[in-house]
Amino acid sequence: MFRFNRKASDFGAEIEAHIELETARLQEQGLSYDNARTAARRAFGNVTHAQEHFYESGHWLWWDHFWQDIRYGLRMLRKSPGFTTIAVLTIALGIGATTAIFSVVDATLLHPLPYPQSEQLVTVEDDLPGVGAQDVGMSVPEWQDLQRSGIFDYVSPIGGGDVNLTGASQPERIRFLNVAPNYFAVLGVKPQLGNSFNPEDHTPGFTLEVLISDGLWKRAFAADPRILGKSLRLDNDLYRVVGVMPAGYHDPGRTAEERSIEIWAASGFAADPAPPPLRNSRFLQTAIARIKPGLTIAAAQSRVDGLVAALQKQFPVDYPLQSAWKVRLVPLKETVVGNVRQSLILLLGAVGLVMLIGCVNIANLLLARASARGREMAIRQALGAARKRLMSQLLTESLLLSLAGGIVGLSILYGTKTLLLQIVPESLPQLNEVSINWSVLLFALAASLVAGAIFGLAPALHAGRLELIPMLKQEGRGSTGSGEQARTCRVLVITEFALSLVLMIAAGLLLRSFWDLLSVRPGFNPQSVMVVRTWLPVPNDPATDAYGTAAQEARLLREILRRGRMLPGVEEVAIGDVAAVPLGHGWRDLNPYPLMLEGREAQSGETPLANRSTVTPEYFHLLGMSLLRGRLFNESDNDKAPQSAVINEAMARKYWPDGDALAKRFKRPADSSWTTVIGVIADARTESLAEAAVPEIYLSAYQRRPKDLAIFVRGRLDAAAIPVDLREQVQSVDPGLPVFGAQMLDDAVSASLSSRRFSMEMVGLFALTALLLTGLGIYGVISYIVSERTHEIGIRLALGAQRRNILRMVLRQGLGLAIAGAAVGLVCALIVSRLMAGVLYGVRPVDPLTFVGVAVLLIGVALLACYIPARRAIRVDPLVALRYE
Amino acid sequence: MSTQQGAERLELLQGTLDLLILRTLIFGSQHGQGIARAIQQTSDEELLVEHGALYPALQRLEERGWISAKWGISTNNRKARFYALTSAGRKQLVKETTKWNRLRAAIGRVLEAEEG
Repeated sequence: MFRFNRKASDFGAEIEAHIELETARLQEQGLSYDNARTAARRAFGNVTHAQEHFYESGHWLWWDHFWQDIRYGLRMLRKSPGFTTIAVLTIALGIGATTAIFSVVDATLLHPLPYPQSEQLVTVEDDLPGVGAQDVGMSVPEWQDLQRSGIFDYVSPIGGGDVNLTGASQPERIRFLNVAPNYFAVLGVKPQLGNSFNPEDHTPGFTLEVLISDGLWKRAFAADPRILGKSLRLDNDLYRVVGVMPAGYHDPGRTAEERSIEIWAASGFAADPAPPPLRNSRFLQTAIARIKPGLTIAAAQSRVDGLVAALQKQFPVDYPLQSAWKVRLVPLKETVVGNVRQSLILLLGAVGLVMLIGCVNIANLLLARASARGREMAIRQALGAARKRLMSQLLTESLLLSLAGGIVGLSILYGTKTLLLQIVPESLPQLNEVSINWSVLLFALAASLVAGAIFGLAPALHAGRLELIPMLKQEGRGSTGSGEQARTCRVLVITEFALSLVLMIAAGLLLRSFWDLLSVRPGFNPQSVMVVRTWLPVPNDPATDAYGTAAQEARLLREILRRGRMLPGVEEVAIGDVAAVPLGHGWRDLNPYPLMLEGREAQSGETPLANRSTVTPEYFHLLGMSLLRGRLFNESDNDKAPQSAVINEAMARKYWPDGDALAKRFKRPADSSWTTVIGVIADARTESLAEAAVPEIYLSAYQRRPKDLAIFVRGRLDAAAIPVDLREQVQSVDPGLPVFGAQMLDDAVSASLSSRRFSMEMVGLFALTALLLTGLGIYGVISYIVSERTHEIGIRLALGAQRRNILRMVLRQGLGLAIAGAAVGLVCALIVSRLMAGVLYGVRPVDPLTFVGVAVLLIGVALLACYIPARRAIRVDPLVALRYE
Repeated sequence: MSTQQGAERLELLQGTLDLLILRTLIFGSQHGQGIARAIQQTSDEELLVEHGALYPALQRLEERGWISAKWGISTNNRKARFYALTSAGRKQLVKETTKWNRLRAAIGRVLEAEEG
């Protein structure tokens, strides 16, 4: 279309050429040059008119207007640097924070998982709704049925675990994943070095080939380029490395642990060490699958339903009708990010609220300015400016502001991104790296434009409704603004107040919960205790297991205890399993233990459940847990003695409410022998600081052969030396044992609060921002009102009004707004805090202290914000004020 | 002077200038002044073409794609912008001519009926 973009100068040249031609013609008819030229001009008519006509019909008009608006806008913004700075910073804050949260949402929720055609990937979960069981796992024949069904390209069971790696530079405890040979074909990823497993391999047991991660390759094998074909030992079994996965590859997983697998081993799951592939033996934890191309998840699900129905008919014994067996396909992405979606969206909502408050603020300031500029607008209208042009000019100014704010906000975000990324908790499923990419930039741009439109609209509409005559009649005085506009201003401030009150109450409740948790008495003493972990291998071949019996293992434990006690600074040593480490464990390590209580075997109803840990006798004293009744373990509670247990008060109260729990017996349904309760200890918050009384069972390490060991040491410890010394001691007993995961127990206690701390800090930060913005907002409105009333105040003072009264009058106005806002906000906060009940601890959702405290704080800030303009009001010199224009 | 006797001449009806320009260009490309002259001459100096109004009209026709323009040299060796009819312009001319003829005939009939 640019052939129409003809320049005005070209048009002018054409007109000039015309006049020249006409002059020449008239000269030919005998006129003198001057006469001919005058005649030609007269014949042409109004040159300027023709040029204007050309200009207005042209496509440059819009562009010129736009450009003019921008230049004018920039000039206006430069003229009031204070206002511009406040507005730009407010928007920068809003856009920066919103964009930061959005970049996290974008990476986790909006981006597809980083595998080819990831929308075809699902997890396969088996449910037994008839008996109220979900995700019960899958049996090998079921997996093979799915594999053969023609619905999927590939189906691979996955089972995770820890394994001892030997044969590298250091024995290590690493995360490994047990998969089918087609696992990487499911995901569609290839190793950077070597090959992945052959997806068509049907070896019944382990294939004896493993792939290793890039991290392990670099750490344990010094990035050896000839790694392929080398051997390593996993729990004493020999495997050969066939490939190295690329750097930056992560497995799909919910937790950081699940995502950072370091070794993959393939198995057909149908031979040693797996149990025989029976249809009702659901030992496969879960499976992931790739649906055939062209098949939607819904279509695949209905075909799976058909398959399930057919299998139920074919094997009625394995699939009793009352259990109502179902196989559910869940999009892989849903499995990975499903549980963080809500909290992320909540966070985005909170930050959006802050941005909204910011917008309201600027709308207020703009409105105040717009009325101060009312006469300017009126004069321009009187001179013939169209209302549409005035409105578009005001909108352009707002958009300029918001874009400038957006750019500043993004720059700040970019400058601080490394810092910010450290705040993001590790538990977030970041398969895609959080980064400032195009979609984030686009979001920031859109957010800026929307913000600009939101806060620019009120003043623009206001200008569109301007009454010309009264405006012009106000002799040069700044207009006092229409009543309607003042009302809009007040409503905006009240809204702002209410919004920030809600945010602050949310933050206050979270803060109080956190405070209560910090000051809770945990019932054990985490001070100067260090925990170091080790793991005894569980080889596939029992003949190579050096710790197969309780006596064999007890010898090792006693030796570690003896050597540990000799280390410098160490006063006490104990050993337990991972479950015995207070607060340090994720959900995988907790195994609520279904129990049968002696004498009540046949009882129906709720199965008794308790957490279980295994410990050596020194454990209770080391952690300062006190005995209430009976006795603690001693050295003779070994494999020769009857199985014994120490329980906590909560357990005793819950399952033996009448009478003493001592000498009572219980067992797991599958066990052959009973375990006797020998002692009851006081409750300790070892599961979670927020939970006071969880039933706990402690078993004797000399009777139970725990494999995932935690060594506890207490004393005046050198935190750097202890892990090294302990590794030396443990490996001098058995050089194949890894020693890892050293941690001070009080660090674990504070780490257990990390996700609470994160949400508290974020919401707190947003609330503070909101408070600041609201303070600025009410300050802006009150100073505007004061400056509008300078004249009036001058008259009052001249007539003898007390300055004190003037001060009170101004403050009362601010207070009125604050109280109205607080009232609306309290009602909203009542609703919001009820929704938050789940994340609170120790405080009721309607905590009077928080509600009143926050409201008082907010009103205090409002009064402070009003005080500055109010003081300006009483300093008004009546003489100056009366002349004030 | 011929140009000064404009007051006696007929003013163009609204919208007819476009038709006249297109018609004039059927004989070959021409610059603005030439078009104005041609209209005046072929109408036996009866029609008044305000030169100033000619150029916005030319601009409009060019934007619609009915004529095309390029700078060239006139017969008396001066720079001028020459306009030529495009094929779309030819079609438009036919359409406009038909329309004009119908309009003229219709108005003629009305006027005759009044007289008769």
